[in-house]
Amino acid sequence: MVGERRVEVRAPIAGVFYRKPSPEEPPYVEVGDTVRKKQVLCLLETMKVFQKIKSPVSGKVVEIAAQNEHPVADNDVLMIIEEE
Amino acid sequence: MFKKILVANRGEIAVRIIRACREMGIKTVAVYSEADEHSLHAALADEKVCLPGFKPADTYLNIPLIIRAAKEKGARAIHPGYGYLAENEVFARSCAEAGIVFIGPEPDSIRLAGNKLQAKEKAIQAGVPVIPGSGRGLTSLEEAAALAGETGYPVMIKASAGGGGRGMRVCFDEEELREEFPVAKAEAGSAFGDPTLYLEKFLPNPRHIEIQILGDRGGKIVHLGERECSVQRRYQKLIEESPSPALDDALRKKMGEAAVTVARSIGYFNAGTVEFMLDEENNFYFMEINARLQVEHPVTEMVTGIDIVREQIRLSLGERVDYDYTSLAPRGWAIECRINAEDPDRFFLPSPGVIETYRPPGGFGVRLDTHVYQGYQIPPYYDSLLAKLVAHGPDRKTAISIMLRALDEFTIAPVKTTIPLHRRILSDESFAGGMFDTGFVKKFLPEEVED
Repeated sequence: MVGERRVEVRAPIAGVFYRKPSPEEPPYVEVGDTVRKKQVLCLLETMKVFQKIKSPVSGKVVEIAAQNEHPVADNDVLMIIEEE
Repeated sequence: MFKKILVANRGEIAVRIIRACREMGIKTVAVYSEADEHSLHAALADEKVCLPGFKPADTYLNIPLIIRAAKEKGARAIHPGYGYLAENEVFARSCAEAGIVFIGPEPDSIRLAGNKLQAKEKAIQAGVPVIPGSGRGLTSLEEAAALAGETGYPVMIKASAGGGGRGMRVCFDEEELREEFPVAKAEAGSAFGDPTLYLEKFLPNPRHIEIQILGDRGGKIVHLGERECSVQRRYQKLIEESPSPALDDALRKKMGEAAVTVARSIGYFNAGTVEFMLDEENNFYFMEINARLQVEHPVTEMVTGIDIVREQIRLSLGERVDYDYTSLAPRGWAIECRINAEDPDRFFLPSPGVIETYRPPGGFGVRLDTHVYQGYQIPPYYDSLLAKLVAHGPDRKTAISIMLRALDEFTIAPVKTTIPLHRRILSDESFAGGMFDTGFVKKFLPEEVED
């Protein structure tokens, strides 16, 4: 069940989901992290173009639904943020 | 003749190569990733081998798997297409070690062409004009600042191992240079594994003109005239044509000879392209050698009547070039539009998905190189190029009218494509008058905003 305060972050288009800016660096966010609105949560690579996916709200990361470096479909849930 | 060739690529270029092979009576082996199971190249080849996974590194860049597939299927040669392994020296050597013919230049030429600074040095030695600049690799900011002062601002910083705009920066004064140099160095290091930069005088809005060359095993090198590639966005070509409205016969002869001279100085073999910048006073400067078949090769084919892929295969068998540009007597004008799965009104945002409606153009003067069809699912993992639409007419005006007619007929939906942008550009008066440079596309796009 998706409660009122749980905000789903979805893929705007199909692509490959990346949790890190580059393989050597730590992930942008972990479950339990507090994030600000517009903070970068992850990257989506579509046809060699990378786009930053930003948090639509300020709150806490409660779930990372997509797997690092795995494909996601258009509109798949990537993460769930619990709004403050 | 080769009995069987493995095509180490995907998309429209794999289809293009398979077609040439079939016409020559050569069997083909396609390799395909799991995401390309239903791609046209896999369907058209005589045999196919799945490369497990979807990522380029696991599939189309997987040297051991591709060599193994060629051996298992008994393919005597590999055509690499463009991109992926086409300019990979290690791959070309691996083919040779496995007793397989790599259809392309020698590994040493690939290495030399890949090092922009070394290639430029060769051009200087051969007496071909280059853009004034550092002439050697720079690693320290102080060295760069001193040289930029001598060359005169504005200057362009470039990565020696570079390409595709990465590691490239325009600096209008020393303050900008001091700010941008370290960033460009880091970018070059991470993108190419080599942080070496060099510096050139910046030419504002030049034309991009390139010369197609072919070299045989006997050391004969000919050129097939020029391609005008100035219609670009962020260093990526959108429209190419041959000939160029900027060249007359005298300049064409000079640039053609310069290209052959550079190629000869490095003992170039097989098909390649020598890129030049042309300034407003018609001064040309050597930029780089592309040691591969180019995306835009069809415009040259249409005006010269030479099938460049067929020639690549023939030359790899030791056959000779027995013609030159003059004896070919090039005919008419050819224009190519790159149809990409991108939304030109939303900063070229990629647009993968299923092609539900597909209605291709046809008719006199139209050529369409593509791997897509009705119901094709465009995977999000690879390049956005869907099709190359080529119009050929007796003169430029007719070629433009054929192209506009073909663009009107072309329906790809619901994915977004560059078709509407091409319509706008081809209808433009400056384009019709041949008056454009590498800064031209901007006026057809919404203004860029920082995200």
